[in-house]
Amino acid sequence: MTATATSTGTLRALLHGLPGVDKVGVEARAAALGTRSVKTTAKAKAIDLAIRMVDLTTLEGADTPGKVRALSAKALRPDPADPGCPSVAAVCVYPSMVPTAAAVLAGSGVHVASVATAFPSGQAPLDVKLADTRDAVAAGADEIDMVISRGAFLAGDYAKVFDEIVAVKEACGAAHLKVILETGELGTYDNVRRASWLAMLAGADFIKTSTGKVPVAATLPVTLIMLEAVRDFRAEHGRQVGVKPAGGIRTTKDAIKYLVLINETVGDDWLSPDWFRFGASSLLNDLLMQHTKLTTGHYAGPDYFTLD
Amino acid sequence: MFDYAPAPESRSIVTIEPTYGLFIDGQFSDGKGTFKTINPASEEVLAEVAMAAPEDVDRAVAAARRAFGPWSALPGAERAKYLFRIARIIQERSRELAVLESLDNGKPIKESRDVDLPLVAAHFFYYAGWADKLAYAGFGPDPKPLGVAGQVIPWNFPLLMLAWKIAPALAAGNTVVLKPAETTPLSALFFADVCRQADLPPGVVNIITGAGDTGRYLVEHPDVDKVAFTGSTEVGRQIARSVAGTGKKLTLELGGKAANIVFDDAPIDQAVEGIVNGIFFNQGHVCCAGSRLLVQESLFEELLTSLKRRMATLRVGDPLDKNTDIGAINSAAQLARITELSEIGSSEGAERWSPPCELPDRGFWFAPTIFTGVTQAHRIAREEIFGPVLSVLTFRTPEEAIEKANNTPYGLSAGIWTEKGSRILAVADQLRAGVVWANTFNKFDPTSPFGGYKESGYGREGGRHGLEAYLA
Repeated sequence: MTATATSTGTLRALLHGLPGVDKVGVEARAAALGTRSVKTTAKAKAIDLAIRMVDLTTLEGADTPGKVRALSAKALRPDPADPGCPSVAAVCVYPSMVPTAAAVLAGSGVHVASVATAFPSGQAPLDVKLADTRDAVAAGADEIDMVISRGAFLAGDYAKVFDEIVAVKEACGAAHLKVILETGELGTYDNVRRASWLAMLAGADFIKTSTGKVPVAATLPVTLIMLEAVRDFRAEHGRQVGVKPAGGIRTTKDAIKYLVLINETVGDDWLSPDWFRFGASSLLNDLLMQHTKLTTGHYAGPDYFTLD
Repeated sequence: MFDYAPAPESRSIVTIEPTYGLFIDGQFSDGKGTFKTINPASEEVLAEVAMAAPEDVDRAVAAARRAFGPWSALPGAERAKYLFRIARIIQERSRELAVLESLDNGKPIKESRDVDLPLVAAHFFYYAGWADKLAYAGFGPDPKPLGVAGQVIPWNFPLLMLAWKIAPALAAGNTVVLKPAETTPLSALFFADVCRQADLPPGVVNIITGAGDTGRYLVEHPDVDKVAFTGSTEVGRQIARSVAGTGKKLTLELGGKAANIVFDDAPIDQAVEGIVNGIFFNQGHVCCAGSRLLVQESLFEELLTSLKRRMATLRVGDPLDKNTDIGAINSAAQLARITELSEIGSSEGAERWSPPCELPDRGFWFAPTIFTGVTQAHRIAREEIFGPVLSVLTFRTPEEAIEKANNTPYGLSAGIWTEKGSRILAVADQLRAGVVWANTFNKFDPTSPFGGYKESGYGREGGRHGLEAYLA
């Protein structure tokens, strides 16, 4: 579909023509995959991959340049005691903090991601959202995490959501666009699938579950549906889109469950930081602890890992 | 794909004795001769088990008869205490039992751990609850137990079938003589130990092991008041003949060739899961398996692509590995039957497909298989294969789906996949099957009656209905 065929009627026909999602079934499948036992060498590989997939995030009103510099340093060297420990994928901050993060991360390969478009509510006029986006890109962000207008989506105004994504994508220029669906506010799994397709049709490079600012953030069933959506979208349109669960993923055990979902739903092609990210902050230290445990055979206390 | 490292459950958590006797009157005693039970995943001998001769069956029935008087005279609440205790012991020892079940049967540990054992305990808990409420079960104000129940169970869910049989029988005040299948006696013998641990009075539960002759002698025993059998339709027929005119009460839970009907408005990803679960759960050794997939023609290509992709992720191998999806076929004889029927499928012109998968060298294995281009005239669409083999047929209209689904001598279960609630109700109403699942498959619960139409047997097990078979 092109950006011209976007009346709400056409979009509605397309999105509502997608196969339904059976709630009981998808939750059972996600729970079943959650029982996979990933141990020893497989666990070591999984932890390493998960570290490389982290979008290390701080999105607080209290963020300061000092805090962001510290976080960026941690992104580069998550475990100063272990030179073999990889860097994370990106640092994710508010637009005002982008220059600070970019200064630390320049040339490192660690991406600078910025939320934009009146994060987290998305309740602002389009020109404000676009200005927000352009400023973040101009300040050095090469990834933009936008939020969709859930109000417009739930009101059935799919064209408005679509057009906004198209406009923001254009404002991004070369920066990658992650579209946050805020699945915790969409109410049904059917809506998760529809919002995923809507975002992909409008040009999203990534679809992301949550802002982390509402009570229900990333869950396994929601991520499973989004993975199925990117798989089916690629089969139909030939374009691969990434997936980013964010919010509430705090332990290695959780992270490995997500990797199992990828492994058994979409496979190898998405098992890379280019196509899958974890939006998280406290997850990283748990990954590091487990990483250390696997290499040394014992758990080190929290003081052996840096705060940020 | 990232490969999961081997994650084997420890087999040392369960102690398997080198030999087992017959559990009669609360004691283990020798039979006449022994037979070996093996691990179908490795063909290694697990134990030698006593073969019950006719005089052993006589002893068991006599013990059950002696125990019947006092047991049936106990207040229901007292019988309930024993059943609750058994349920709790099963929960406490479920890890041992799960490993034992997987070793003896070949089913993956994730199924014995997450499906069989929780259901076994749930069955005992459920019927424990009925024991003091029989007067309110709808079978009259003062329903009476029948006496001694002779029960013969199959090898596909050894301990679960034992629970289905023993829990309602005991709750209602009967005593039992149970014969587990020849290839899977170990969990029933373990259960004998659970009965002792629960201080169940001697003779209330007797477990006798042996082959078909032992079972035949048991069901034909003149002092047995009630026969319950789960197994093949062929043996069920013989039992019905032998029991005819004797006044024994009989329930039969036999074969099936269930239709799993997928309409074009189905939730596809979940339908694919349901199809996979329907036919590959427990290696397809499930009497209610969804072994005939009926797909609406307009969805056929899309669904088949999804199904094949999903099948390629199934992990076949060591039943004790926690990540195994499909374990070993239970016996060489069963493997031969599955192989034979699959060859007939190919020779009758159906197209056979299996995902690439490496099967272990030793033991009994069969790759998950689907046949497309199957019609009602193919033998693989009519006969129960009882293995991981799915026949895929198509239909054009709901009427045609219902006709095809019902066009079988069996009638145990069926599945319907559609997002349209009214269609679920309309189609379910017209399917002649004891269980109809909508947008799910192979879901079991002790509160739900289970049983068949036509050649799938008669009587119901589970739920309030399941008590009827053990009360007069």
